[in-house]
Amino acid sequence: MAHVIDNPVLTVEHLSMRFGGLLAVDDLSFMAGRQDITALIGPNGAGKTTVFNCITGFYKPTEGCITALHENGEKFLLERMDDFKIPKIAKVARTFQNIRLFGGMTVLENLMVGQHNPLMIASNYTFGGILGLGGYKRAEKEAIEFAKYWMAQAGLMHRADDAAGDLPYGEQRKLEIARAMCTKPKLLCLDEPAAGLNPRESEELNKLLLFIRNEAATGVLLIEHDMNVVMGISDHIVVLDYGKKIADGTPEEIRNDPSVIAAYLGVPDEEVEEVEQEIDEIEEGASS
Amino acid sequence: MTDTVNSPSRAGRHFDIPKIAKDLVVTALIATAIFGSTIAFRTVSASGGLSLELRFAEAFYVIAAVVFGRLLLWIFFWSKAPGQPAVSVPTGLKQGFRAFGAKFGKVFGPAMLLLALVFPFLPTTDRYLLDLSILILTYIMLGWGLNIVVGLAGLLDLGYVAFYAIGAYSYALLAQYFGFSFWMCLPLAGILAAFWGIILGFPVLRLRGDYLAIVTLAFGEIIRVVLLNWYQFTGGPDGLSGIPRPSFFGIPFNRSEGGFADLFGLDYSSIHRIIFMYFLILVLALITNFVTNRLRRLPIGRAWEALREDEIACRSLGLNTTSVKLTAFAIGAMFAGFAGSFFATRQGFISPESFTFIESALILAIVVLGGMGSQVGVVIASIAMIGGFELFREAEQYRMLIFGLAMVVIMIWRPRGLISTRIPSIFLKERKAVSADMVAQGEGH
Repeated sequence: MAHVIDNPVLTVEHLSMRFGGLLAVDDLSFMAGRQDITALIGPNGAGKTTVFNCITGFYKPTEGCITALHENGEKFLLERMDDFKIPKIAKVARTFQNIRLFGGMTVLENLMVGQHNPLMIASNYTFGGILGLGGYKRAEKEAIEFAKYWMAQAGLMHRADDAAGDLPYGEQRKLEIARAMCTKPKLLCLDEPAAGLNPRESEELNKLLLFIRNEAATGVLLIEHDMNVVMGISDHIVVLDYGKKIADGTPEEIRNDPSVIAAYLGVPDEEVEEVEQEIDEIEEGASS
Repeated sequence: MTDTVNSPSRAGRHFDIPKIAKDLVVTALIATAIFGSTIAFRTVSASGGLSLELRFAEAFYVIAAVVFGRLLLWIFFWSKAPGQPAVSVPTGLKQGFRAFGAKFGKVFGPAMLLLALVFPFLPTTDRYLLDLSILILTYIMLGWGLNIVVGLAGLLDLGYVAFYAIGAYSYALLAQYFGFSFWMCLPLAGILAAFWGIILGFPVLRLRGDYLAIVTLAFGEIIRVVLLNWYQFTGGPDGLSGIPRPSFFGIPFNRSEGGFADLFGLDYSSIHRIIFMYFLILVLALITNFVTNRLRRLPIGRAWEALREDEIACRSLGLNTTSVKLTAFAIGAMFAGFAGSFFATRQGFISPESFTFIESALILAIVVLGGMGSQVGVVIASIAMIGGFELFREAEQYRMLIFGLAMVVIMIWRPRGLISTRIPSIFLKERKAVSADMVAQGEGH
């Protein structure tokens, strides 16, 4: 049952998160491939966003181990890092369910803030920059070029000098993804990127995510309810229900998984026993 | 509907007589409740104790004025046909205003700078005006410094005057104990104030909103109380006097041989030093402006603004918000430190009385009135506030009343300050101003 990945960029082992009496995530283990789109799905309240917050350092997990692994073999134990060091050092970037843009700043400025850390070093921690040394000017030009590259990919070139808060919803979503990509991540975590998008916009989003996987060689981990997005582009799906993993596999496997269907659709009363039995069998199979 | 027919209607206006009458009665009652007690009865000290003077006529006039004013508002502003704006301005005129505003904005800065440079030599400029403009420039500098903390980083600081005090006392004490010159003390005062900025920054890192405001307010008071009570060191309420005046880079402003006037072949005049002071604070203020504008275009400045917009998003992009906040506090404090040591050398005497909360409030009012984050706004607000304060000096005790009313009116008219648009720090094709509704205000507003 457990989906084994040879070259994971992220490994989550025995993750638990407890809020008082509520066990939001219960002994969750899964892996995300280096150049895979991994989808984390589950009914509302299944604990998906909690898992995200644990991975990106906004929560400290009660138990468990989250490891980011770079191509060069460097390992980062995310549960021990400060939240801002996770994108900075471990190169795991994220977006938010309720979009968090710098609304009063332009699209270009948003993307420049995404490149804060390399620019800060290039400006000799402001001292070189304020004296107008050449190194910073060059770095800034490169940063603008990189921002333009991601603006072009996200189709935001014509809005470069507009305030982010002025953009329509779909473009704000794409800008948030582009901004996260400006941190040059190894793994991009997206919290419901297709929420509130119309079919055309969600088609564009699919293209953008495939581009990120194929061309930018970045792993994607996404939470999503839109099954067109999930089934259409993901390589690997992890299903959560009540904080527990109930299924893990390729989209084809998940589509036909009885426990997933039960969790999403419910089952008629007379079938409950049957389904429970099946789940037990599956769990036994998984544990043996 | 009959009301509409019977009412004396002007073109396109709709008068709802019963509604207006009801409103006027309520207005009269409220005005009576307020002015009936405060104006109609007055205690006067007569021989053998207090006696009551009745002033019903005055009270009646005030109430009548209030009711009449409200009636005028009803007639000219509040009564309108449905779907029509109360006061309609032709579109052409509106666009004309906007175009004028854009052009005006471009030439305003250089024009003000030119005026500032020639101001001391204008024939109309006398000692009083020069002193006043030095005061205004000091507040412009303080406003620009606080603008970094409040306007850019969005951290409400109610104790900014503490850093001004630290700068002033640094210079006074270093000069008194070690005999350091002004030019040596100026950078030291800035560094010491920045250091205290970081000291304040640490405890407030985790605070948000009102709590941030309260702690910064307390910090300002702590510094003042320490200065007031550490008698052996700071002179307590007596203050420090005999603070050395600045020299023209080593050449003193006095009558002696080798003094400024003697060396440059001028007749000695006490105004030389004042003019020098004027240019000194002008240069200091311009440095503040230059550095702030430069910082805004650097990653640190963008990080400040990003922090004001959304702290959590900042952390998700790998920004260390601790150092972003501390640098904002430190650099804001540093400019207050410079301004403080200038204040000390100008006055020649300092005491804790110059650094009360009202000063912090005044500087904050300048920043908020000017429009948070706007450099030009601070200049306009400083001139309006400090200059306006002087203008109404003759109004004596009504000065604060007039001033308070003016502030209220301006804040109703322009809730986000005089210049509320934000200018982006970088652009690809065109620098478009960002309207105030988009820009977040940060913590504690």
